[in-house]
Amino acid sequence: MQDSTPINKDLVAASSTPLVLAILSEKDSYGYAILKRVRELSRGRMEWTDGMLYPVLHRLERLGFIEAHWEVAESGRRRKYYRITRQGRKQLAEEREQWQAVDDTLRGIWSALALPFHAARDLLTLTFTPAAALCPCR
Amino acid sequence: METQDRKIRLEEQIEHWRSYLRRRQAIHPVDVEELEDHLREQVSALLRANLTEDEAFLIAVKRLGDLDSLSREFAREHSERLWKQLVVSPAESGEPGARTRREAAVAFGLTVLAAIAVKLPELFGLTLDADEGFYVRNVSLFVFPLLAGFFVWKRRAGPSTQRWLAAGFVAAAVFANIYPFRPEGSTEILTALHLPIALWIVVGVAYAGGRWGEPGVRMDFVRFSGELFIYYVLIALGGGVLTGFTAMLFQAIGIDPEPFLQRWMVPCGALGAVVIASWLVEAKQSVIENMAPVLTRLFTPMFAIVLIVYLATMTFTGRMIEFNRELLIAFDLLLVVVLGLLLYSISARDPRAPRNIFDWMQVVLVISALLVDALALWTIASRISELGFTPNRVAALGENIILLVNLAWSAVLYVRFLRGRGPFTDLERWQTNYLPVYGVWAAIVVTVFPPLFRYI
Repeated sequence: MQDSTPINKDLVAASSTPLVLAILSEKDSYGYAILKRVRELSRGRMEWTDGMLYPVLHRLERLGFIEAHWEVAESGRRRKYYRITRQGRKQLAEEREQWQAVDDTLRGIWSALALPFHAARDLLTLTFTPAAALCPCR
Repeated sequence: METQDRKIRLEEQIEHWRSYLRRRQAIHPVDVEELEDHLREQVSALLRANLTEDEAFLIAVKRLGDLDSLSREFAREHSERLWKQLVVSPAESGEPGARTRREAAVAFGLTVLAAIAVKLPELFGLTLDADEGFYVRNVSLFVFPLLAGFFVWKRRAGPSTQRWLAAGFVAAAVFANIYPFRPEGSTEILTALHLPIALWIVVGVAYAGGRWGEPGVRMDFVRFSGELFIYYVLIALGGGVLTGFTAMLFQAIGIDPEPFLQRWMVPCGALGAVVIASWLVEAKQSVIENMAPVLTRLFTPMFAIVLIVYLATMTFTGRMIEFNRELLIAFDLLLVVVLGLLLYSISARDPRAPRNIFDWMQVVLVISALLVDALALWTIASRISELGFTPNRVAALGENIILLVNLAWSAVLYVRFLRGRGPFTDLERWQTNYLPVYGVWAAIVVTVFPPLFRYI
């Protein structure tokens, strides 16, 4: 079930905010469970160093996007749960729009590249050699 | 029996790991607890997959990431926990001992320079007794450039920062000295009072070492300023005792030490102490690191109570604030104190901490101070047209408005935070963004007021 290529580090870092916010908007959660969910969603391709999640959570908390509270877990240990705030939801919506825009842009270029090869070649000759465009035989 | 042993061994390993983590200053005990919960969860998941305790522990620790980069990440996110460690030893590399010693040597050298600087004008015939005005206007220029130099050296600030700093000090020197002030006139005194404020912001730019734009660095500068003030007061107390004894001892053998004390010991000591105190704040941070926040905690409730009682008294007795000359300045000082209490409680507060009673107290203090000040302004506004606009009054009024705006918006942000409508960081950012305003207003008073009021 594990896909072979792990996702590049920069992309992982950039997507951490929307991903964590989105997971928390499903339901309140804690560090370990969030990581598990990330692994599920990415089918194991998003490799986070576990510890690095916590500074991210603390940053989001400082910015007021999420809030934390301690609960006693079934094991009897204290566990820190995070909950998304109203502001966090707003931020999530914004991030979502931005990622959508990136996705749309990439989709545009992907589909252009996916055109049949000769069509692409024709397109190139047409754009780059104006003489060819004027030639009536084409 | 064997599984029991393995369990005990696992606990030992976790205990070991925890104590290792505790030694990292960037990772607080609560964070250690959070990470430990993660580690245990991971271990039990791996145990369910039929790994042994040892294996499970190793893999779980490995997955958390290596501790150096982990604590670096924590440090980046929680810079407020680290500011003192960061300034004491900026890099782990190199010998900290040698660096500390070199820093002490540089600080001592600059202290001597500051003491010499204040005596230099005498070579050009400007004496402390005859040219009091000159010394009063330039006092900050004897020491602040040296202090800025210390930070430029320490933070290795880039050439463009250095140029800006130099330009700031040169401009200050020009404006302090070209105007034909009437001796001991209001505008001269205003310059003497405001130039240090403007230059203190310049020192802040040097302190930040090219990172003045970052709110965290500005907050560090606020902390630094508070601790410096406390250190300076302590040193001044000691200096006062020393001066007293010197006078007593020499008088006992029939020598009058007064001229020496007045011309050498007090001025040289007072300026040198600024450099020494700054160095101490940087180097001996942990000794009294929490002094400013402790004082804040102590006095916030007291000031709040006094102000509320004052407002209540005015309401019940129907007495109004009576106008007198010092009224405006007195209320400016009140706002400065309230702002200081607010600023230092903000600087020491963990933005993630839950809201507590102290936060409410802070809001009560700010709002009652605003009410009292509004009443004072009301009294002044009704009289100012008949009294006329003197430079002192305009300067004091300007300061009052600047402080009022800051506190009013702070109160709004604080209430918003307490009602869960915004993060605490908003308040922090508002305060750090506001810092240059004080400098700009002080610079306006220094540069524009003297010609505007014809140097009276």
